[in-house]
Amino acid sequence: MARTLINMPTNPARGEVIEIRTLIAHNMETGYRPGADGRVLPRDLIRRFTCSFDDGSSNEPVFSAELFPAIAANPYIAFHFAATGSGTLRFVWEGDNGFTQTETVAIRVA
Amino acid sequence: MKKTSAARRKLLATGAGLGAWLVVVRPAAAAELPEDLAAAIKTFTQGATLREGRVTLEIAELVDNGNAVPLTVSVASLMTPADHVTAISIFNERNPQRDVINVQLGPRSGRARLSTRIRLATSQKIVAVARFRDGSCWSRTVDVVVTLAACIEEN
Repeated sequence: MARTLINMPTNPARGEVIEIRTLIAHNMETGYRPGADGRVLPRDLIRRFTCSFDDGSSNEPVFSAELFPAIAANPYIAFHFAATGSGTLRFVWEGDNGFTQTETVAIRVA
Repeated sequence: MKKTSAARRKLLATGAGLGAWLVVVRPAAAAELPEDLAAAIKTFTQGATLREGRVTLEIAELVDNGNAVPLTVSVASLMTPADHVTAISIFNERNPQRDVINVQLGPRSGRARLSTRIRLATSQKIVAVARFRDGSCWSRTVDVVVTLAACIEEN
């Protein structure tokens, strides 16, 4: 399990556009870099990040990203979300070597 | 005498600073993009003509460390269901791969704005392209100067 940080207001006003900032601990090994023995280190990337919103009746995509080797280690991704109702935000990171990590954050509009 | 020379020094320093700034941040024209970069962008735009504008790309013009360069792309759009940004993609000129990140968004996003941190192998152009719901594509190109490159040694 990689460590993740998700920073966002959990009690926004209805209709407020909030910023969601996410960070996950991951090397993002590019597959282009030589290691200490001079051989190229095998690629190990997070390839995909998705965020979806579940308001109890439907599960809608909010944001998704396809990541490439040019994304720095410990990928930081910040985006916005229009909080129209209460529900659960689900964050999924998927990558090489079967890497998956899921986090959920409950959101309650005032 | 002392006072005037100090003032002169200050004036010269400001002038030099201004000059450097002007050289570094001038937006580059899309027409002079290299072939492989243009091809990568074309795959994203799906044949739509690329126009300059509506997109802002915030990145340091002078990068000390290419291993993690903060970058923010924002697109002028109200993000209504009828007219919104569906995708934003960032491309680079001289890393091993042309793609950096490719995101999909929609009216649920509320605002077309993306921040992340990227790696830069050397001084190069960065291009941000946004695709709107009607298929039109807008872009912004920025030149950055990198002093310490990423991807060279183990960190």
